[in-house]
Amino acid sequence: MTIDLSQFHQVFYDESFEGLDTMEELLLSLSDGNADNESVNTIFRSAHSIKGGSATFGFMAVAEFTHILESLLDEMREGEREVTTEAITLLLESVDCMREMLNELQAGEKCDDAQAKILGQKFQAMLDDEPSLETKHQTVDENTTKAEVELSDQWKIIFKPQTHILGNGNEPLRMFRELSTLGECKVSLNESSIPKWDEYETEDLYLEWKIDLKAEIIEQDIIEVFEWVMDECELTISNITTSEDHKPAADKADVVKISEKTVQANVELSSSTEVVKQVKPKKEVNKTASSIRVGIEKVDSLINLVGELVITQSMLSQVGSDFQMDQLETLRLGLAQLEQNTREMQESVMQIRMMPISFAFNRFPRMVRDTAMQLEKKIDLQISGETTELDKTVMERIGDPLVHLVRNSLDHGIESPAERIAKDKPETGTINLDAFHQGGNIIIEIQDDGAGINTDKVFQKAVEKGLVAASDVLTENEIFNLLFEPGFSTANIVTDVSGRGVGMDVVKRNINILGGSILVHSEKDVGSTFSIRLPLTLAILDGQLIRVGDQIYVVPLMSVIESLQIKEELLSCVGGELDLYQLRDDYVPIIDVAKEFGFNNESFEIEESLLVVVEGDNQQVGLLVDELLTQQQVVIKSLDVNYKPIQGTSGATILGDGRVALILDVVGFIRQAKHVNKSGIKTTSNAA
Amino acid sequence: MTKILAVDDSASMRQMVSFTLSGAGYEVTDACDGQQALDAAKSQQFDVVVSDVNMPVMDGITLIKELRKLPQYRSTPLLLLTTESSGTKKMEGKQAGATGWIVKPFNPEQLLKTIKRVI
Repeated sequence: MTIDLSQFHQVFYDESFEGLDTMEELLLSLSDGNADNESVNTIFRSAHSIKGGSATFGFMAVAEFTHILESLLDEMREGEREVTTEAITLLLESVDCMREMLNELQAGEKCDDAQAKILGQKFQAMLDDEPSLETKHQTVDENTTKAEVELSDQWKIIFKPQTHILGNGNEPLRMFRELSTLGECKVSLNESSIPKWDEYETEDLYLEWKIDLKAEIIEQDIIEVFEWVMDECELTISNITTSEDHKPAADKADVVKISEKTVQANVELSSSTEVVKQVKPKKEVNKTASSIRVGIEKVDSLINLVGELVITQSMLSQVGSDFQMDQLETLRLGLAQLEQNTREMQESVMQIRMMPISFAFNRFPRMVRDTAMQLEKKIDLQISGETTELDKTVMERIGDPLVHLVRNSLDHGIESPAERIAKDKPETGTINLDAFHQGGNIIIEIQDDGAGINTDKVFQKAVEKGLVAASDVLTENEIFNLLFEPGFSTANIVTDVSGRGVGMDVVKRNINILGGSILVHSEKDVGSTFSIRLPLTLAILDGQLIRVGDQIYVVPLMSVIESLQIKEELLSCVGGELDLYQLRDDYVPIIDVAKEFGFNNESFEIEESLLVVVEGDNQQVGLLVDELLTQQQVVIKSLDVNYKPIQGTSGATILGDGRVALILDVVGFIRQAKHVNKSGIKTTSNAA
Repeated sequence: MTKILAVDDSASMRQMVSFTLSGAGYEVTDACDGQQALDAAKSQQFDVVVSDVNMPVMDGITLIKELRKLPQYRSTPLLLLTTESSGTKKMEGKQAGATGWIVKPFNPEQLLKTIKRVI
């Protein structure tokens, strides 16, 4: 039986990454000379598991590297070595290195062990002993080669186990059975050591065996059989004849036989590769699919709900099979039950995708430590609300924006210790990371007690960049929002910590893509707070259904500001990009939804129409619609997967009556509308 | 049917061992630490126990010591999975009552061969 070890790779990667996270977390909790024994033990165990697994699954580069690392950890664990900051830093670097190597392996790339080699040398220098294990390996090899020389076919073995040997589960009979697989085996028993009855211990063994073995083997083969009991027995192995005078003819015959076998094996192999080929595409899909770990109680609750659903279904089908009008109440009851089952199941399934936000927060202690060291600042990171649950996809996509914001706080927010002392603040700055639920949304806050945002400086910079005019009067909030304009950066020196100011606009865009928003609050010399508001999940959306002609669309409720009846006198068809509508003291551009989706709305009458004012990308527009329908939760179905991407939509949903409704992606829709109209104007002016 | 208890804190190793052994026709139960294994061993009789050494809660050496204290496991083959090719851990295991060891890394064939040695 051959077993394809690659089927265990995914589990190995998952657990190794988890192990690396644990290592990192615990390493960060260790400080100079203060080693909590349990932590060191756990770090050691994680490294040990990765080593064992990588060796088993053939990732030798990882295994070798982990081995050196483990040696150092072992010394720490045994209390033979002090835990120094230097060692922690080196261990942290190696955690990164292993993560990198495993990532490469998982992606099916060749594992680059250059970094591992450099780190390995550093570890070796730290261990500063001779590489003890490697030399041992070599001596073992030498031994085996030496033993190999003495090939013999007649062996005499005397085996006298110690009396307690059965207590370890080592049954001599099994060893003889194994010897007999090597060749012809004759065992004779010497029972002379059996004591008198009153001295006899029932569980002890008083026997001795003499074995004649006829087999062309080396001594090592026999030793292997007795490997587990070598120190618990007297074992003499002697060879009677050495088989130097092999008949060359017989040898040849053997060779022929062997080659026949190999041919056969080859045939088998090729046929099995065909099978493998057929299976392969499926496997690759598995590789790209990410996995999710779900608590068993969540699965159990789901199974429970499915059970209830089955009961409801059988009840309904019973009612339906022979329906009489007097059963109407039962039917209605059943349907109500079905609705409840469905809702509970939906909630339950959503729960499966939910993960605690600690998955996104976990990387920060390390990052803050490293960056603070690099910037020579003293920073304390406080994390709270890490058990708050968030959809897995949202979590994956919010990671980078969060990193950017935290880096920003580290770099621009918190001042240097000297500056802080001058300002009469504690030398150590604090960054708070918090997550909590608020009305169907999740809020993530990044708060620092640093210098705050200098509004004058931001404004000046914006003027320089031509984003605003020097004469403009902006509110504080408007100035803060300038930070998210493309190409804006207030850092005088471009550092490699918070980059070149390309970040903040990307941060905002990424958050917007997730259907979220970001708010800034800042006070000079007190600190800044960035709060991100995100929807709990991307799979379900609170939508406002609108009707345009005979089509129904869904507008995300979050982006709807207001809806109003159109008054013709407030319309102004000026020559700009879009027609405008006067909304109190302001003007909003109007987008004709029907026109955007390229159909003619025949029943259109401006006085009968409604204007739905939506906001996206910091601007408001009015959508021209015929009717407002209900507000409801809709399940988002991807168009990319089921059809093809359509600009201006973020997906589609299936309505109660089975019709498909497109879901508007407000930001994309506005952008597209502008683009179309712009080019429209261009053509007319060209024609003119 | 021969019943085997496979103990390892690493999920991939546990799966690999269980899969290999159950594929070979053994009835496999797995546990992810010594304590779990001990509880399982008390509730039913296993013919062989294969255990990792380094595990949280209860390590493999302690597990073997505890198992040997139970009358029903006095002579049951108890094998340790060890990465230590050096003697100290093996000896520690033997003193605790281990029957033998399998040195990591091992492949499924080696595992099966070793299991066949003790049953």
